[in-house]
Amino acid sequence: MKNTSLIGKLISHREWLLAGIIALMLVGVGSTAPFFISPGNLAEVFDDTAILIMLACAQMLVILTRCIDLSVASNIAFTGMCVALINVAYPDTPALVTLIMSIGIGGVLGAFNGILVWLVGIPSIVVTLGTMSIYRGFVFLLSGGEWVNAHEMTPQFLALPRATFLDLTVLSWIAIAVTIIMLVFTRFTKTGLSIFAVGGNPKAAVYSGLNVGKYQFITFCISGAVAGMCGYLWVSRYAVAYVEVAVAFELQVVAACVIGGISIAGGIGTIWGAALGAIFLGLINNALPVIGISPFWQLAISGLVIVLAVIINSRSEKRGGRRILREAHR
Amino acid sequence: MNRPVLELRNISKTFPGVKALDGVELQLYPGQVTALIGENGAGKSTLVKVLTGIYAPDGGDILIDDKPVTMQAATDAKRHGISAIHQEAVMFDELTVTENIFINNQSRNMFGLLDWKLMRTRAKTLLEYLDVNIDPDLPLRELSVAHKHLVSFAAALSINSNIVIMDEPTASLSHHEIQELYRLVRRLRDEGKAILFISHKFDEIFEICDRYTVFRDGQFVGAGEISDVTQDDLVAMMVGRTVNQIYPKIETEIGDTVMSVNGLSHPTEFDDIDFNLRKGEILGFYGLVGAGRSEVMQALFGLTRTSSGSMNLNDKPFKPRNPGDAIDQGLVYVPEDRQHQGTILTLPIFQNITLPQLGGLSRSGFIDMAREYDVARKYATRLQLKAASLSENVENLSGGNQQKVVIGKWLATNPNVIIVDEPTKGIDIGSKAAVHKFMGELVAQGLSVIMVSSELPEIMGMADRVIVMHEGRIVARFDRDDMTAEAIVTAATGAS
Repeated sequence: MKNTSLIGKLISHREWLLAGIIALMLVGVGSTAPFFISPGNLAEVFDDTAILIMLACAQMLVILTRCIDLSVASNIAFTGMCVALINVAYPDTPALVTLIMSIGIGGVLGAFNGILVWLVGIPSIVVTLGTMSIYRGFVFLLSGGEWVNAHEMTPQFLALPRATFLDLTVLSWIAIAVTIIMLVFTRFTKTGLSIFAVGGNPKAAVYSGLNVGKYQFITFCISGAVAGMCGYLWVSRYAVAYVEVAVAFELQVVAACVIGGISIAGGIGTIWGAALGAIFLGLINNALPVIGISPFWQLAISGLVIVLAVIINSRSEKRGGRRILREAHR
Repeated sequence: MNRPVLELRNISKTFPGVKALDGVELQLYPGQVTALIGENGAGKSTLVKVLTGIYAPDGGDILIDDKPVTMQAATDAKRHGISAIHQEAVMFDELTVTENIFINNQSRNMFGLLDWKLMRTRAKTLLEYLDVNIDPDLPLRELSVAHKHLVSFAAALSINSNIVIMDEPTASLSHHEIQELYRLVRRLRDEGKAILFISHKFDEIFEICDRYTVFRDGQFVGAGEISDVTQDDLVAMMVGRTVNQIYPKIETEIGDTVMSVNGLSHPTEFDDIDFNLRKGEILGFYGLVGAGRSEVMQALFGLTRTSSGSMNLNDKPFKPRNPGDAIDQGLVYVPEDRQHQGTILTLPIFQNITLPQLGGLSRSGFIDMAREYDVARKYATRLQLKAASLSENVENLSGGNQQKVVIGKWLATNPNVIIVDEPTKGIDIGSKAAVHKFMGELVAQGLSVIMVSSELPEIMGMADRVIVMHEGRIVARFDRDDMTAEAIVTAATGAS
């Protein structure tokens, strides 16, 4: 039975629903605080959300394969500390090289998660719960608990994410580029398609000659690499590296995916959904203080939205029976 | 005779406790359809999995064009030009038709990216070749079972294979769709492909197959030309014994009506189900896979809601809101899928047996372990359960013994109606006989049994009456005296 009701149509086009809610929120907040929807402020909000968008897109790939990566925030802290210390030790390192190094370091951390999941066969939630603590512990070992502050970092190191181009920061442009690359990756590459397949029906994937574990490994590598890159961007944007950088941020990342309609059961989701979910959370975080809602309410509202999103998801994923009768009658 | 394109020699495959294939052989010739025949559990599906690289054989040789090959993964099968249409729908519901067809065989454009335009056109061509009107952009979940099947055909054909394996391709198809399928098989044969056709329906074997190979209990029994044998020859090879020997039907006194079902309907799964069940009776439900039998049983057990109809159990209206209700009123359901629905594999035997009646075995919320053990021991003895101890986890038992635990678990609740869904699916011959004997004893003690089975000999051997379902409706009823295999199968396939 096709959903013919308005609600049914809206839910089946979840990205549009989410985009509509985001637009409504902008209109609502804009009517009480017009400056909020000025292009300059929106660019700032986007800049503030850029890291969440990239992480949500990468996390989506992991979730599509029926896994989860809880170690991304620790990966950010570790990679961020690594590149900050390298910058202190070798101030001449060009920012672009730093960026590439951060992708590499993060990718290695992700690959370690992936190998434990693929070859050792440990459930991803256990693996990444463990590495979440391990990677965070490494930050302490590296830094001895010390902070790396802005004055120790070189101007080039700090400038990269803040530089602007066409009124948007480089950080924002990187997020846009990552989103577009992910869109192409999920839609137009064999690996992208296979990721959907192994999560949607692992058994059928084996019959089709797809190695489920290998694709899970690949998504962990991608998630790690993106997190590593975000580590550099985070540390340079906030101009400080310390042990507690991005603590508990993985929960926001997973929440963005859930809000964006990515099925925790695997196989269902779009990059648009993940990106919009992240933008939605970013907007809430930025808009609520503007309209004078206390930070405590912010947490509760974010939580409420996540629960609502899960309810909507589970409704729309509920499939009808096998439809044995030729003509269904009500 | 030309040379075989594929030859298997002395292939063996052992699973814990079961020798699934024991030195079997098989030859496939180009331009010929070879039937692989055998009872459930004869090793047909295991052979398909060996041929498609899902299972690695423990021993033996696979030769393609006289050259030995190894099959490590499904991609090897594809490389050697073998494609398979599996019995179970192993496809991706959330992906589109085109994506399903080309899941492991994509076309790319000059940038190395997937060329969906080209694949869509190729999908259309393939579907046209199959003479079916399916929108290649639809998600697979929106298609009917038969159309899903045809998409899996298209996927198999998208690989330019010389060897096509069809594992019970007609199991879920209607009469008309089966005729279409035959046409297709003949066309592939005429194009010179070697086809392995797995089936246990004799009419179709004699209709479209050129050769046969028979397996029994994982062993090779014989092979040859279809034109040289009769149906009786094949049956004799398949079973190696007569039906009466396997099914020791115990004659019982059949009493009054225990349960009646009137006009039971569901919006999408079944319609207008009417039947009575009498004391001491085994009522068989036969039908093809997907005919709606299990769905009806789940409704009787309170697992699914019905849209209309009424039920009576023991002269009282019976309207279970959940399985707990049904159990309290004396109706239990032994599901088909033991591993997922029947037992908790990681719990010991005794806890599995007592699970549905823990309330009665506890005092002020604490479980009385001694009584729990007593109950479990009683039913384990009655069922001749083979296990080192009752504290052993169910996952360590063989399939047949797991089935006994499931049955024991429900018997321990003292039901008067017991529904068994495919009671002997996937268990070895010895355990089958024990389950059948036990069912006979149950009805002799005054219980009533509803037995859902897709195995015709089991239905004919065990049931006092048979109800045949097709596409969610009851299409025929037979008494023990007037049931014939032909009539039952004809009704089940929807032919009139």
